[in-house]
Amino acid sequence: MADTFLDASELVLNMGPQHPSTHGVLRVILKLDGERVLSTECVIGYLHRGVEKIAENRTWQMFAPYVDRMDYVAAVSNGLGYCLAVEKLLQVEAPPRAQAVRVILTELNRIASHLLWLGTHALDIGAITPLFYCMRERELILNIYEKYCGARLTTHAFRIGGLQYETYDGFEKEVLDFCDIFEKKIDEYEELLTGNRIWQQRLKGVGILTAADCKEYGVTGPMLRAAGVKWDLRKAQPYSGYEKYDFEIPTGENGDTWDRYVVRMQEMRQSVRIVRQAVADIPAGPIMAKVGKVIKPPVGEAYVSIEAPKGELGYYVVSDGSTQPYRVRIRPPSFVNLQALDKMCRGALVADVVAIIGTTDIVLGEVDR
Amino acid sequence: MKQLLRKVFLVDLLEGLRVTFRHQHPKQIVTEQYPFERPKIGERYRGAPRLNINPENGDTLCIACDLCALACPENLIVVGWERNPETKKKELVTFTYDISRCMFCGLCEDACPVDALELTQDFEMAGYSREGAILDRQTLEQGLLPTQYRY
Repeated sequence: MADTFLDASELVLNMGPQHPSTHGVLRVILKLDGERVLSTECVIGYLHRGVEKIAENRTWQMFAPYVDRMDYVAAVSNGLGYCLAVEKLLQVEAPPRAQAVRVILTELNRIASHLLWLGTHALDIGAITPLFYCMRERELILNIYEKYCGARLTTHAFRIGGLQYETYDGFEKEVLDFCDIFEKKIDEYEELLTGNRIWQQRLKGVGILTAADCKEYGVTGPMLRAAGVKWDLRKAQPYSGYEKYDFEIPTGENGDTWDRYVVRMQEMRQSVRIVRQAVADIPAGPIMAKVGKVIKPPVGEAYVSIEAPKGELGYYVVSDGSTQPYRVRIRPPSFVNLQALDKMCRGALVADVVAIIGTTDIVLGEVDR
Repeated sequence: MKQLLRKVFLVDLLEGLRVTFRHQHPKQIVTEQYPFERPKIGERYRGAPRLNINPENGDTLCIACDLCALACPENLIVVGWERNPETKKKELVTFTYDISRCMFCGLCEDACPVDALELTQDFEMAGYSREGAILDRQTLEQGLLPTQYRY
């Protein structure tokens, strides 16, 4: 009797889709043995809107605002990827001025995305204060976006062939002011978190993903770099003039949650560095390449991948020569990175699952599309 | 030894708390007291749509070319026009704009050749019904009525 009484079989626990730490609508089915996780299973699709199918019923220009709604915390990066893919099909290149402005805005977007990640990740683990500070600095970036293109979150900042809007008066100064403010603020976040013993113990050694695992799962972005692989598409296959800027690829060693935290913090510093270089040298000239009002790419296909804040964001576009895409396939970094969740969670504690989901930095709009 | 002392006196926690208390200063307040304090909206902000009229004679600027309706990804603009028998020109009759489906991408604004359709800085578009979100020509020309908040 006593034996069977104590023989607790495995417990199945549903986490989400309303759990606040699943960042939206991710449902994770946890199989537990006491506090230990035996396996996890993700249930996704709650936010599926069929973005790829929508593309087939829109013209090339019309689809641009929809890509902003996938990874909505990094809308500018998504827009850049799509524009670059269609530009490759059309065999045009954005003018140098447009490229420089694109780099500035996407790097600011990387900072904004990482700030949101830092705030929510810390909040999940129990440090509530950084969230407010991160949001405050993110607000400065969103204000720049609002002044530049008229929207804050789903910006639709870029057009196929270049930019729709010329920079506003005082754009450079505002961006540089932000850089000055922000560099001090990163030190502040580090002061709050990096030295904190609780923060260290919650992160170190949790959710280890080795370089080999990363390659197997196709994990990219800061998660791959935290495992020690120096792979950044901005260096490996530069786009939009990234080869002109001098920056480093921060890497970690162990591939645990702590390393990912360190790598992302370093990436924000590197982004500031890129922004400073780009603002110092915005070439004069036109902002739009010669593309017609009606875009009709020649029959063919193109794949362009960029380094979005969360990893490799790829757009595979197929044209049948008409004004509408024949097919748009998107490789979202969050979706691919989420695969590694099971690997990272096995053997971890239930409380660590929250930390691991946070460190994966997923956006469900992008996972489900 | 130093490590132990840091542990005993909770130095790392106090360091974090120092940052928190530094931000308690009234100068550091960033909360905006909306609606008492109006937010500063960017000049290019894409908010509620407006159909511009000629301020001198009150005629509409719209030439009923239908380009905005063609540019709209959500297909939510309907332009109604008829041909004037005397001048043989298109004249605008009705114009509907469904802001319940609008994502404020600004493509209609870009498409307009005469700057008649414009997305304004007005961002207060909440309403009580779906029908209220479908704006007709009159509302678009006057602009949305300002919402009265009671507090």
